[in-house]
Amino acid sequence: MNRLRILDHVILLIGVFVMLAPVVLAFTTSSHDATTIHTQGLQFGWGGHFAETYEEVLTKKGGFTGEITGARMVLNSLILGIGFAVGKIVLSMMAAYAIVYFRFRLGTLFFWMIFTTLLLPLEVRILPSYAVMTQLGLTNTYTGLIVPLLASATGTFFFRQYFRAVPEEILEAARIDGAGAWKFFIDILVPLSRPMMAAIFIIMFVYGWNQYLWPTLITTDESLFTLVRGIKQILLVWIGSQIPDYNQAFALAILAMLPPVLVVIVFQRWFIKGLTESDK
Amino acid sequence: MKRVQFSSRWLPYAFLAPQMAIIFVFFYWPSAQAVQSSLYLEDPFGFGSTFVGLDNYADILSSREYLGIAKFTLVFTVLVTGLSLGLGLLLAVKADAVLRGAHAYKTLLIWVYAVAPPVAGLIGMMFFDQHIGPLVRLAGVFGWDMKVGLDYTDTAVAMITVSVWKQIPYNFIFFLSGLQSLPASVREAAFIDCRSGARRFATVTLPLLAPTAFFLLIMNMTYALFETFGVIDVIVKDKAANNPITLVYKVYMDGFRGNDLGGSSAQSVILMLIVFVLTIFQFRFIERRVHYG
Amino acid sequence: MSTITITDVSKIYSGGVRAVSDISLDIADGEFIVLVGPSGCGKSTLLRMVAGLEEISEGTVSIGGRVVNTLDPADRDIAMVFQNYALYPHMSVRDNLAYGLRNRKTPKAEIAARVAEAARMLELEPYLDRKPRALSGGQRQRVAMGRAIVRKPAAFLFDEPLSNLDARLRVSMRGEIRQLQRRVGTTSLYVTHDQLEAMTLADRLVVLNGGRVEQIGRPLEVYNRPASTFVAGFIGSPAMNLVQARADDGALHLGEERILAELPHRGPVTLGLRAEDLRIVPANAPGAVRFSLTYVEELGAQRLVHGQCNGQPIVAAHPSEQPLPAEAALLADAARLHFFDTQSGRRI
Repeated sequence: MNRLRILDHVILLIGVFVMLAPVVLAFTTSSHDATTIHTQGLQFGWGGHFAETYEEVLTKKGGFTGEITGARMVLNSLILGIGFAVGKIVLSMMAAYAIVYFRFRLGTLFFWMIFTTLLLPLEVRILPSYAVMTQLGLTNTYTGLIVPLLASATGTFFFRQYFRAVPEEILEAARIDGAGAWKFFIDILVPLSRPMMAAIFIIMFVYGWNQYLWPTLITTDESLFTLVRGIKQILLVWIGSQIPDYNQAFALAILAMLPPVLVVIVFQRWFIKGLTESDK
Repeated sequence: MKRVQFSSRWLPYAFLAPQMAIIFVFFYWPSAQAVQSSLYLEDPFGFGSTFVGLDNYADILSSREYLGIAKFTLVFTVLVTGLSLGLGLLLAVKADAVLRGAHAYKTLLIWVYAVAPPVAGLIGMMFFDQHIGPLVRLAGVFGWDMKVGLDYTDTAVAMITVSVWKQIPYNFIFFLSGLQSLPASVREAAFIDCRSGARRFATVTLPLLAPTAFFLLIMNMTYALFETFGVIDVIVKDKAANNPITLVYKVYMDGFRGNDLGGSSAQSVILMLIVFVLTIFQFRFIERRVHYG
Repeated sequence: MSTITITDVSKIYSGGVRAVSDISLDIADGEFIVLVGPSGCGKSTLLRMVAGLEEISEGTVSIGGRVVNTLDPADRDIAMVFQNYALYPHMSVRDNLAYGLRNRKTPKAEIAARVAEAARMLELEPYLDRKPRALSGGQRQRVAMGRAIVRKPAAFLFDEPLSNLDARLRVSMRGEIRQLQRRVGTTSLYVTHDQLEAMTLADRLVVLNGGRVEQIGRPLEVYNRPASTFVAGFIGSPAMNLVQARADDGALHLGEERILAELPHRGPVTLGLRAEDLRIVPANAPGAVRFSLTYVEELGAQRLVHGQCNGQPIVAAHPSEQPLPAEAALLADAARLHFFDTQSGRRI
C-alpha cells in the first residue's frame, strides 16, 4: 500500500515536471540576455536582465512597420478576450432565453439552425469567411476580429441546459409576483445565472485570448495584432538575424500565456465547472 | 420545454435576433460560399470563374500530395489523441488516488490548458532548436541527430510532442472530474468485492469512465484536426516544402498562399464532411447516454 | 368579497386526455378549501388553472365575482405557495417578500410596512437580510408564506406546501398555516395528497379521483359518510375495511356467516367498516363473525389487528391493555356500517 502511494507520487511528480519545466525554463531564460542564451543554451538560473528585456518587449516599437509595441498587443489581446467572452455571454443568454422560455412559431427552426453551427468549427470555413469579411469591409477591424468567432452555439447550448434546470416554480412564482418576460429575465434569470456566467466568461476569455488562425487572417495591420497573433511575426524576424533575440521571444511567450494562465489558476473551481459542464 | 412559457409576438424574435444575424452572416453564408466555390475554377488572373462541377474534388482526391497529407493527418490524429488521452488518464487516476497534495497536483497539472497552441509551439521550437534546444541535445546523447524543420520525421516528432503536451491538461481535467463524480458507494462496493487494484480499475472504474472517455475521444480528434493549426504553423513557418502538415494547414496554404480558391474550398467541404460525421457520431452517442443515464 | 367560483371546469390536453372533468365548486369568502386525492387526480391542475398557470380548456373561474379565465396570473389577485417554495435564491428574505409588491408599484413606505408586519407575524425578523440558502426548511416555508401574505391577495393558493418538510415540522407548520389563515381571513385553496393534512386543515374537503369530484364536504361529514368506496378507502387511517357481501331479506351474507341488518337493497353489496368501529370478542360471542388473526401492529395507545373474515382481509383496532382472545370474532355497531353499491362504488 505504502509503496504504491510513493509510486503514485513519483508518477505525478514526473507529470508535473514535464508540464511545468518548459514554461519555467522559458521564464528563467527570458531573464538572460540573447548572447548568453545563444552561447550557453537555456538557463535554469535567474539572469539579471529581466526588467530590461520585458521593458523592451513591452515598449519598443517592432514589427515590419515598426508601429506595434508589446503593450499594444497586450491591449489587443485583452480586447479580443474580453470582447469575445462578453459577446458570447450576452448573445447566448438571450438566445437561450428565447428558446427555453417562449413558445413561438419558428422556435424549433431557429433551434436547429443554431444547433447546426456546432457541427462546423471556424477552421473548416476560414477561406469563405475571410471572403465575406472582405466584402463587408471588416478586415483589420475589431468587429471583424471578434464577431465571426461568435458564430457558434456552444454558449447557447450551455445556457439552454442551465435554464432548463432552473425550477419551473421560480418562473411561476415570478409571474404571480407580476414579473413579465423582460423583468423575469433581468430580475431573476440573469442574477441566478451569475455563477454560470463567471464560468463561461473564464472559458471564453481563455479561448478568445488564445485565438490564432482567425486573427492571423483578418488582421494584417500590425496595430491590431494580438500577442498570440504576433508570435509568428517574432519568429519571422528572428529567422533572419545573426544572434536571435531568444530572450525577447521567450518574454513575449510568457506575456502571451500569463493572463489566461492566471485566470485559470485563480478561478480554478469555476474554470473546471465551466469546462466540464459546458462541453457536454 | 417549460411547463409555463411566455407567449409574446415579437419578444422571442428580439432575443434571438443578434445570435441569428451573426450565425447567418458568419456561418451560413460562408458555408454556402465554400460549397459553391468548390464547384468553380477561379481564373488565375481574376477574370471570373468557370463552373467545373466536381472536378476540384476529383483533382484533390487523385493528388498524391493531398493523399500523403491525409495520411499524415490520420497518423498525427491517432498519435496525439492516443498519447494525450493515455497520459491524461494516467495522471488523473494517480491524482485521484493520492490523498496528500491532490489539490496541488491538480492546480499544477491543469494550467497548461491556458497556453495557446502557437505559444506552446514557440516554446517547443526553443526546446527543439538546433543551437540551444535541450531535447535536441538529449536526442544527440542517443545518437539521434534531430533536425526539426528540415527532416520530415523529426519535425513530425516535435509537432506531436508539443501537441500532446498542450492537450494533456484537458484530458486530465475531464478524467479527474469523471473519477471524482463516481459514486463513493460503488467504489466501496468494489473494494469489498475485489482485492486487486488493477482488476478493480479495469472492471469497475474504467467502464464507468467510458462515457467521459468517449466524449474526450471526439474532442481530442477535433483538437488534433483543427486546433493544432497554431502549433504546426509556428513549427513549419510557412515553409511546408519538406515538412509534415495536416489537412487544415493545407486548406490554409492553398487558399491564402496558393490562391487556389476552388481547390481550397473543395478541401474545406471535405473537412466539413469529416467533422459532420464525427459530430453526428457524438450526438448519437450522447443521446444514448441520456437514455441510460 | 373574495369568493372563488369554479364552474364546469375541465382541462383537456392535446391528445384528448382529460386531466380535470367538469368540476364545479363555490368557495365562500374566507373559507379554507382543501383539494385532496392521490397523485394524478387533477388536484394540482385545478389549482394551477385557478392560478392562471395552466390554461382553462372549458368552464369558467371567477375570483371575487370577476371571471379570470384570460387574465395573467399577476392580474388575478392571488398568491401562491409552492411545494419547493420557489424562493428567489439570489434575493434576501426581505427582497423575496417585497418583489411582488415592487412589481405592482406599491409605495416604498407601504412595502416596508407590510414586509415588517409579515415578518413579525411569521417570526422572520432576525432573518430578513439572509439569503434563502442560509435558512432551515421551516424558515423557508415561512418566507414562502410571507410572500403570499404581504400581497394581501383575494386568495391564497397552496400547492402541497408541506411535503418537503420532515414529519414533525409538517405537523407544526400545519397548525401555523391554519392559525394564520384564520387570522388574516383570506380565502384559501390548498392541495395535498395527505388525507390527515386535509382533514385537519379544511373547512371543506374536495376529494378528487381521476379528474372528477368524488365528494365535497366538511371533514367529519366526509369521514362519517363517505360518498363512495374511493373516499372511504382514501380518507381515514387505517383505510376503511371494504368487504364484499350479499344482502337479502333483512340479513347480510358474508360467505357462510349471516349478519342481521336492515337494508333497502338486495343482491351484492360492498360493506364498509372502520377499524375503530369493530370490536374483537371471543369466538363464542353471540352474533359475532369469525376472525382469523394474521398479525398485530402495536401503535402504543392501541393495536391494529390484521386478520381475515371469510378470506377477506380486515383490520380492527383493539385497546393495547386488553389481551386478545385465542379464538377471535368480530362485532360491529350496526349503526356504523357503510353500504356501497358494488358496481358503481356509490354510497347506498
